[in-house]
Amino acid sequence: MAQSAFKHRNLARRRIVGGVGVGLALVCAMIGAASLLVILCYVIVQGAGALNRDFLTQLPHPVGVPGGGVGNGILGTFIILGIAIVMAVPIGLLTAIYLSLFGRGPIPEALRFLSDVLSGVPSIAIGLFAYAVLVAPLKHFSAFSASFAFMMLMLPLLVRTSEQAIRSVPQTVREGALALGMSNFRATVRIVIPTAMPAIITALLLAIARVIGETAPLLFTAFGSQFWESNPNRPMAVLALQVFTYAISPYPSWQAQAWGGALLLIGAVFVLSLGARLMLRRAMRGLEA
Amino acid sequence: MTAVVAGELLATQDLGAYYGTRQAIAEVTIAFRRKAVTALIGPSGCGKTTLLRCFNRIHEISFDARVEGSVLLDGHDIYANDVDPMAIRRRIGMVFQRPNPFPTLSIFDNTVSCAPKGLNRQGKMEAAERALRSAALWDEVKDKLRSSPLRLSGGQQQRLCIARAVAAQPEVLLMDEPTASLDPIATAVIEELMSSLCKEFTIVAVTHNMQQAARVSSVTAFMLADETGVGRLIEADATSKLFTKPSDRRTEDYISGRFG
Amino acid sequence: MTVGPQFRRVARFVSPADRGFAAVVYGGSILFALLIVGLFVELVLGSWPSIVAFGPSFIWKSSWDPITSKFGALPMIFGTVMTSLIAIVLAAFIGIMAAVFLADFAPRWLGQPLSFLIELLAAVPSVVYGLWGLFVLAPFMRTTIGPALQHVLGWMPLFSGPIYGVGLLTGGIILALMIVPTVTAISRDVLVAIPRDLREASMALGSTKWETAIRVVLPAARVGVFGACVLALGRALGETIAVTMVIGNRPEISASLFAPSYTLASVIANEFTEATTSIYTSALIELGLILFLVSMAVNALARFMIWSVRGSERV
Repeated sequence: MAQSAFKHRNLARRRIVGGVGVGLALVCAMIGAASLLVILCYVIVQGAGALNRDFLTQLPHPVGVPGGGVGNGILGTFIILGIAIVMAVPIGLLTAIYLSLFGRGPIPEALRFLSDVLSGVPSIAIGLFAYAVLVAPLKHFSAFSASFAFMMLMLPLLVRTSEQAIRSVPQTVREGALALGMSNFRATVRIVIPTAMPAIITALLLAIARVIGETAPLLFTAFGSQFWESNPNRPMAVLALQVFTYAISPYPSWQAQAWGGALLLIGAVFVLSLGARLMLRRAMRGLEA
Repeated sequence: MTAVVAGELLATQDLGAYYGTRQAIAEVTIAFRRKAVTALIGPSGCGKTTLLRCFNRIHEISFDARVEGSVLLDGHDIYANDVDPMAIRRRIGMVFQRPNPFPTLSIFDNTVSCAPKGLNRQGKMEAAERALRSAALWDEVKDKLRSSPLRLSGGQQQRLCIARAVAAQPEVLLMDEPTASLDPIATAVIEELMSSLCKEFTIVAVTHNMQQAARVSSVTAFMLADETGVGRLIEADATSKLFTKPSDRRTEDYISGRFG
Repeated sequence: MTVGPQFRRVARFVSPADRGFAAVVYGGSILFALLIVGLFVELVLGSWPSIVAFGPSFIWKSSWDPITSKFGALPMIFGTVMTSLIAIVLAAFIGIMAAVFLADFAPRWLGQPLSFLIELLAAVPSVVYGLWGLFVLAPFMRTTIGPALQHVLGWMPLFSGPIYGVGLLTGGIILALMIVPTVTAISRDVLVAIPRDLREASMALGSTKWETAIRVVLPAARVGVFGACVLALGRALGETIAVTMVIGNRPEISASLFAPSYTLASVIANEFTEATTSIYTSALIELGLILFLVSMAVNALARFMIWSVRGSERV
């Protein structure tokens, strides 16, 4: 019939269009994946050359003097992260406990809203907050103010994922504890939190991975330094900040070190994400009681 | 409905329970004989678990849960204003339908987790052994007290939960379908346990298995949801009498399998 | 005998041990809330002198002159809007297409690695993006992409003018790479959540798989997909370091995409530590406040859209 012949021709054309479409979609997906590989390759190739023992352990050298490293930046990163974790984990965990105990209602919803707001705030605005609260009044830059900014950046992720972690502990475990006369305090601290601990640690590792490459807030909190520094009350070098400073400098030797620092940062993020993934698997296994 | 018998350890008076605006049970008045096993039977949805959870004030943990009427422990209303729910729950323990050992504690720590405070190391050891023996689990775990309870079988885990409840030294033991998730052999072990435990504790056990009720209990209470879905206590009597000559027509229908 | 129902709502924290615990839990939560509210308050306080001095004209004046203390944010707003626009146009197309592929066409052995790699893009630190953009993309733009575009489209003012390598377009491309994972991941989840029946019904009526994906499934998911784009836009607006490194840092408005420009975040990053007068500092903080408010509005919109599609699960 003429009708079916007409349809058949149309169908072939539609199939071709479909094929082109899927091809285009595939190309887009490949662009995304390929971009990552390209960036990764550049960082590895350019950065590997800069990695050596001196790079990891020495102070930066002045321009023109070859060698030197980002030792103080690595130390500074650890110190600032450490203080940030010590501040963020209690606040985040307590808020998550509150949310898991009082699930619905206006106040818990308000807290969740605030958490969402905070997660969308640009990191530079958070840096301004840290500046206003801890740098301007004290009239000097400090690693502690950087830790404060990092804490703000980590909190929304910690609160949200910790709340999920606590909620994922089966109801019967908590009820079992309460039903035998345990106080909410003991039940939560001795039973529920330890059971949720692998998932909470996963949340923490992911939060650290998020902030380890943050540079913007550091510009006017930690400010950077050329020397070894371990006093959190003073300006301090931070690896991410050094990468930035070296990258925009006009000196090729510094630019090469920027690549090295970038490789370290990506390596750290990779290790943390891997750790988080392993922790998550342990969390899943632990819940199969 | 049986009248409240003065002097019983646990009794309720016109007990009602709600989830929000939905009423789950109404006007339940019953007394539980000391140091005996009372079985609560009835079809699904008749409110027997809700009733059980009112006895140790676990019902109120659910969102928007409410209670009316009173539950008397030794003559005192446990829902009075100044009563500490924790103190009640230490005197009225509970074993749940599915075993729920605390996953991060060892078998030993699980057992003594709710034991009375102030015990030293030696005291804890003795308490654990006593509790595990009364749960018929001691011989099976005495060599692995420090290992994880998750390695035990379902039946063993449930006995661990019973040991844990027993170690808290309650006066009443509530059991919510304790053998529902277990195989027949493990079920038999636990039924035997109930018979021996009731020498020390007053036991109230919810069960959907009538034969089990007939086997282990000395008193049986039958519940049924009315037309509006509200659970009510239909009849409570000595087990032998309830199963052979029930007073209420509805009880007879249920027992003979005409519904449920 | 009861006289009407006695509703006893029992407090959760009654016993003494619990009271201390309750205080600590409440305390932590209150501190959390105070920190966030404090963030907003400090931004407003810090920008107050500038708000008072310049008023609403801050937004449409285009001179940024620290020496005479005349501050107008228009060039920066222009730069932020343009780079984010370029980024979202590129990322939306690539991301949604990729999501369609991953949701409906990719076999398992291909879809999983591709998804994984795309999500890894989100893990790359901002400063690494900037580094790569500065030393790889910008020169490439100057030598290859720029001239090619100008060759084909140079008649448009958008693609005219000198090509420095750094500029609006480069900034937009880097931003696009940074937000593609957001668009892809959320869009894919939303597409996958569309029930099978819809697809089967469409194919049963004679549509090809591609037609089904584009004309039936994607429109059904359009609210969630749009929400994903808005969320990605929110992230692009606030991105600082990567853009600062490739934008050229010139506070000028120009028609060409190749021209250097300036964004709200970049000017804060570059000039804050060198702000000599307090009105200068205050103006910069006001830029931060503008960023905060815009991001908050965009994010709220996005979450509302995504929430209405995915239920109460949070992004």
